[in-house]
Amino acid sequence: MKYIDPHIHMVSRTTDDYRRMAQAGCVAITEPAFWAGFDRCSVDGFRDYYRQLTDTEPKRAAQYGIQHHCWLCINPKEAEDTGFAKEVMSIIPDFLDRPNVLGIGEIGLNKNSKNELAVLEAHLELASQRNQLVLVHTPHLEDKHKGTRLILDAVNNAGLNPDRVLIDHVEEHTVGLVLDRGFWAGMTLYPDTKCTPQRAVDILEQWGTDRIWMNSAGDWGDSDPLAVPKARMEMKRRRHSTDMIEKVTFANPVSFLGRSPNFRVEA
Amino acid sequence: MVSMSHKPHCPMSPTDVVDAYFLENRAKVLDLAAFLDRLERSGGDGSDFRIACLREAIAILTDGDGDRARRIQLLLSDPSSEPIAAAPMQGAFGAPNPDLAP
Ligand SMILES: [Zn+2]
Repeated sequence: MKYIDPHIHMVSRTTDDYRRMAQAGCVAITEPAFWAGFDRCSVDGFRDYYRQLTDTEPKRAAQYGIQHHCWLCINPKEAEDTGFAKEVMSIIPDFLDRPNVLGIGEIGLNKNSKNELAVLEAHLELASQRNQLVLVHTPHLEDKHKGTRLILDAVNNAGLNPDRVLIDHVEEHTVGLVLDRGFWAGMTLYPDTKCTPQRAVDILEQWGTDRIWMNSAGDWGDSDPLAVPKARMEMKRRRHSTDMIEKVTFANPVSFLGRSPNFRVEA
Repeated sequence: MVSMSHKPHCPMSPTDVVDAYFLENRAKVLDLAAFLDRLERSGGDGSDFRIACLREAIAILTDGDGDRARRIQLLLSDPSSEPIAAAPMQGAFGAPNPDLAP
């Protein structure tokens, strides 16, 4: 059965991860721009990263029959210096017309600071002007609930249609805020410190399967590029229907991502 | 808090749930007990804000009120609403730090 991992940072993964993902049924991925584990010191550092996301990575994925798409932004961890963030943002429009770009992301908040919020608002304005889809990172741990509330207000204030915005890394205390306001929700599966496949399936049992997907957010840290197929096994183990598994891990991503003309997947 | 339009449901029988998940959760409760013993051996007195939160979370497990995961998440969350002046660091503690309260 085919699946989509709609949030994975393949620039940080090896080629055999692509192979194993393809073997497990992965046919498409989307890769949001994120923090490299250190703060970059120049606009050109980001320009090279955007080239990697829009040129190199799609070719690497294609070798394994995986369609690669990406999202562009300066992530919230590097947004505390608003002057630098705005310089980086000024080159994003140069890349928005590349054929694998789906929109702006993963923008959002990290420590819920005023500067992070200002940079988030600037990205939302860019998304609105360029009619782009939006993928939003919510903060981790104690900062998630407050950050999610601030983010939902900022998106509403920017006048974006919630049906074109996905709020990622939802957990038990934020999923309701996101779905009740008409947004799409992403659950990120982590090996230990955050949401496990078991808890993600618990959330589906409580909230249903409309406007929600699952991703691995695999990156350079502790993470699992096969987290989505593992969550599918967890759903199967609990005797959830094949239709439900297919909806959450394939049809829902196709439905949301298909709002961008650049999204491509084999039917 | 649950969805208005969706009725919460797990298709497994209660016995199947216990059969499938008991051992992993038995191990987790022993991990927690051993962690608290280790902290005591190290001379820790439980005054760290994270441990105070953890003790409140453990009480939620046995209060019989349901919705445990969401309530523990909220207990471990910063309850404030205003953005902070400046990010003091890039990481997080896992429980609201009273020294950073706005
Ligand atoms: Zn990410």
